[in-house]
Amino acid sequence: MMPRDAAGLRMRKEAVSSRGMQALALGISVLFLVMLLLLLAKSRPLLSGYSLTEVLLSSHWDPARGQFGFAPVILGTFYVTFIAMLIAVPVSLLCAVYLSEYAPGRVRRMFSSFIGVLAGIPSVVFGICALLVFVPLVADYIGPWVGVETTGLCILTAGLILAVMVFPIAISLSYESLQALPIELREASLSMGATRWETTRKVLFKAAGPGMLSAILLGFGRAFGETMAVAMVVGGKNQMPSLFAAGQTLPSLIVSSVGEMMSLPLEQSALVFVALFLFVVVTVFNLLARWVEKRLQARWKI
Amino acid sequence: MNRRHLEQQVALCAMYGALVMVVVSLLLIIGVTVLRGGHVLVTRPEVVVTPPGPRYLLGGGGGFVHAILGSLYLVLPATLLASGIAMGIALYLQSDYTSRRTAGAIRNLLDALWGTPSIVYGMFVLTILISLQQRASLLAGIAALTLLEIPIIARYADAAVQAVPPMAKETSYALGTTRWENSQVVIRYALPGIATGVLIGLGRGIGDAASVIFTAGAGNNMPSGLLEGVTALPVLIFQQASSFYPSVREQAYAASFVLIVIVLVLNVASRLVTNYFARYIPGGR
Amino acid sequence: MESEIQIRDLTITYGGRHHVVAVNNVSVDIPRNRLTAIIGPSGCGKTTLLKALNRLHDIKEGVQVRGHIVIGGEDIYQSRLPVFELRRRVGLIGQKPYPLPASIYDNVAYGPRIHRRAKGGELNEVVERCLRQAHLWEEVEDRLDSPAAGLSVGQQQRLCIARALAVEPEVILCDEVTSALDPLSSQKVENLLRSLREKYTMVMVTHILRQARRLADYVIVMYMGEVIEAGEAQEVFGNPRHEKTREYVKGIMAGA
Repeated sequence: MMPRDAAGLRMRKEAVSSRGMQALALGISVLFLVMLLLLLAKSRPLLSGYSLTEVLLSSHWDPARGQFGFAPVILGTFYVTFIAMLIAVPVSLLCAVYLSEYAPGRVRRMFSSFIGVLAGIPSVVFGICALLVFVPLVADYIGPWVGVETTGLCILTAGLILAVMVFPIAISLSYESLQALPIELREASLSMGATRWETTRKVLFKAAGPGMLSAILLGFGRAFGETMAVAMVVGGKNQMPSLFAAGQTLPSLIVSSVGEMMSLPLEQSALVFVALFLFVVVTVFNLLARWVEKRLQARWKI
Repeated sequence: MNRRHLEQQVALCAMYGALVMVVVSLLLIIGVTVLRGGHVLVTRPEVVVTPPGPRYLLGGGGGFVHAILGSLYLVLPATLLASGIAMGIALYLQSDYTSRRTAGAIRNLLDALWGTPSIVYGMFVLTILISLQQRASLLAGIAALTLLEIPIIARYADAAVQAVPPMAKETSYALGTTRWENSQVVIRYALPGIATGVLIGLGRGIGDAASVIFTAGAGNNMPSGLLEGVTALPVLIFQQASSFYPSVREQAYAASFVLIVIVLVLNVASRLVTNYFARYIPGGR
Repeated sequence: MESEIQIRDLTITYGGRHHVVAVNNVSVDIPRNRLTAIIGPSGCGKTTLLKALNRLHDIKEGVQVRGHIVIGGEDIYQSRLPVFELRRRVGLIGQKPYPLPASIYDNVAYGPRIHRRAKGGELNEVVERCLRQAHLWEEVEDRLDSPAAGLSVGQQQRLCIARALAVEPEVILCDEVTSALDPLSSQKVENLLRSLREKYTMVMVTHILRQARRLADYVIVMYMGEVIEAGEAQEVFGNPRHEKTREYVKGIMAGA
C-alpha cells in the first residue's frame, strides 16, 4: 500500500507543479497583452476626441484648453536619443573593438567589471551626475563657446547624459559579439597579409555585425525610454526642440505632469497615451533587435 | 604600404580616444557624486538615520531614513515574489515541459518586457489604481517593481537552467524521478546563475524611480502599512535634486551615495555568490 | 637541397602561471618548392611551430617566441618590413575552413583588394585563376555572388586555399587541412596540394601518417617540442635513424 500512496503523491506533485509553471509562463504572456490593452483602453478618451494624426503631428500643447499636440515632445525624444546615439555608437564600437582585439587580458578584465558596475548604477544617480557635471559644463563652457546663452537644463545636456548611460550596454553587447567569433577567422585574414585594423573593419565588423546592430538597437530602446535622468536635466518645457533650449521628452512629460493632470479624464488619457506610445515604440525596437540578430546571423552562418 | 600603416595607427588612436572618453566621463560623474555625497555624509551623518523634520522640503532639516526603509519594504517583497515567479517560468522553458517554439516565443516576450521602460510599468499600475479608485500605496509599488523584475530574473534563471548539462538531467531521470523532482537537481546546478539574476533584479528594483513614483507615493512619512504610501530612495533623490534649498539638494547627494554603495555591495555579492556556488559544480571553478 | 626557410634556435613558450615550452630550441631547414610534412604525436608542438612561420602568435597574449626564422632571406622576427607584408608571403590554411562572411567572389578577392594588386577585369581574372588552381571553378562559376557559407565543407576548404593563393604567397602552410573533411573531399584536397607543390614551398602539419607518406617530399619529425629527425621522405620512412621515429612510423608511439 505504502509505495502506491507515495507514487500517487509524487504524481500529484508533478501534476500540480507543471500546471503551476505553465500558468506562470502563460501569465507573463498575458501580462504583455493586458498592459497593451489596458493602456489602449485608457487612451480611448483622447483618441476618440482627436484623430491620431492630429495628436501626433500638432504642435499645440495646452491641456487646459483641450489642445494635445505631441509633436514637440515626440521630436524632443528623438532629438535627445539621436544626440545620445551619435556619440554612443562610434565610441562604444571603438571601445569594444579595442577591448576585444587589442587590449591585454588584465585591462580587459578590469574594464569589464567596471562596465558591469556601471550597468547597475540607477538612473537617478546618473541624473544627479548630470546636474553636477554636465549642466555646468553646458551652461558655462559649451554654451558660451558656441555663443549661446543657456541654463544648461536643455536638450543637449539630456543627450549627453543619455550617451553615457548607453555606453555600458552598447559596449558590453558588442564586445560579446566580437568575442564570440572564432580566432581562426582572424588568422585567416591576417595570414593573407591584412593588418589587424583591416581584419577588424572588413571581416570582424561584418561577422559580428548582427550582434553589434542589435546592441545599437537595444541602446536606442534604453535611451528612448529613459525617464528620470532626462527629466532631471531636460528643462521640462513643451516646445519645439532646440539644442540649447529647455525641452521635453515623452517619459519626462509623464513624470512632470502626472501630479497635476491625473484629475481630468481627458488629460489622464493623454498621459496614458504617451505611455502606450513609449511601450509600442520600445517594444518594436527590442523585437527588431532580436530579429536582426537572428536573421543576419542565419544569412552568413558565422 | 604607408597608407595602410597610417590607417591602422589612426584607427588605434581613435580607439584610445574612445576608451579614454568612456572611462573619464564615467569616472568623472560617479566620482563627483561620490565626493559630494560623501562630503554631506561626513558633515551630516545623521541624515541616514533621521526621519524628515517639519518643513522638510523647505530646508527644515531631518533625514531620509523613511526613504531607505521605504525602499527596503518595496524591493525585498518584490524581489521575493518576482524570483518565485521567474523560477517557475525558467523551469517551464525547459524542453521537458514545452516545445521549442513556445519557449522561443516566451523568451522574445520576456526580452521585450525587459526592455520596456519602467515608466510604462508605473503608468500601467497607476491606471489600475485609478480604475479601482485607490491611492498610491506600498502594495501597488511592490506590484510595479515585481513586474519590472520578473523578466530580468527570469532571463538570468532561464540562461542558467539551459546551461545545465543534459547528462546531469538524464542521470537523474534514469533514477526514476519525475520532472518536478528533477527540477531540484536542475536548480542545484543553476543556482549561481539564478542567484546572480536575483541580485541583479534586486539592484534594478532598488534603483528604479519611474515605476514607483506614482504607484508607491512620494510623501514624507515613515512607512506605516501595506495600503499606505511610501517613498523610495530614488524617488527622494529625484524630488530633492533640483530643490532651491542647498541643504535639501545635499540630502539628494547623500542619498545617491547610499544608493551607489548599495549597488556596489550587490555587485560584489553577486560575484562572491557565483564563486561560492561554483565550487559545488563539477567543472566549475 | 635549396632551403627556403631556415629556423634557428627557435623556442616558443606559453606564459602565465603554467609556463609551458611548446617548441624547444629547434633548428631545421625547409626546402624550396617542395612539400614538407611535420609529423609527430599530438601535443608535440607541430602547429605551434607552423603558426610561428606566419607570426600568428603575435595576436595571442603570453606567447613568447625566441630565436630566428628566416624566410626567403628575411628574418621575420627581426625584419623592418611590416608584419602584414611578411604574412602576405606566407599563406595559411587552417584545420577547419573559415570562409569570411562574404560571397565566394569576395572571399577570393579579399587579399588582392587589400593589397591593391588588381582591379576590375584584372580582379576577375585573378579570382578565376585562383579558383581554377584550387579545382573549384567548375563547381562555383555560376554562383560566385552567393554566400561562401553555403558551400559544403570540402568546397569551403578549397575556397580557403584559393583565397590564400590570391595574394601570391611564396610559402603555404597547411594545418591538418583534411581533418574536418570526409574521405572524398580529403582526396580532392590532397590532389590539390600535390598539384601546388612545384610552385610553392609547402609546409604541412598532419597526424595522419599515411597522408604524409602519400604527399611529402621532405619530413620533419617532432617529439615533445623538439625536432628529432628531418630528411627526405623516403629516408625517414624507409630508414628512420631515431628510435622514437622508428616507433612512430610503426605506429607504436603513444598518442599517434
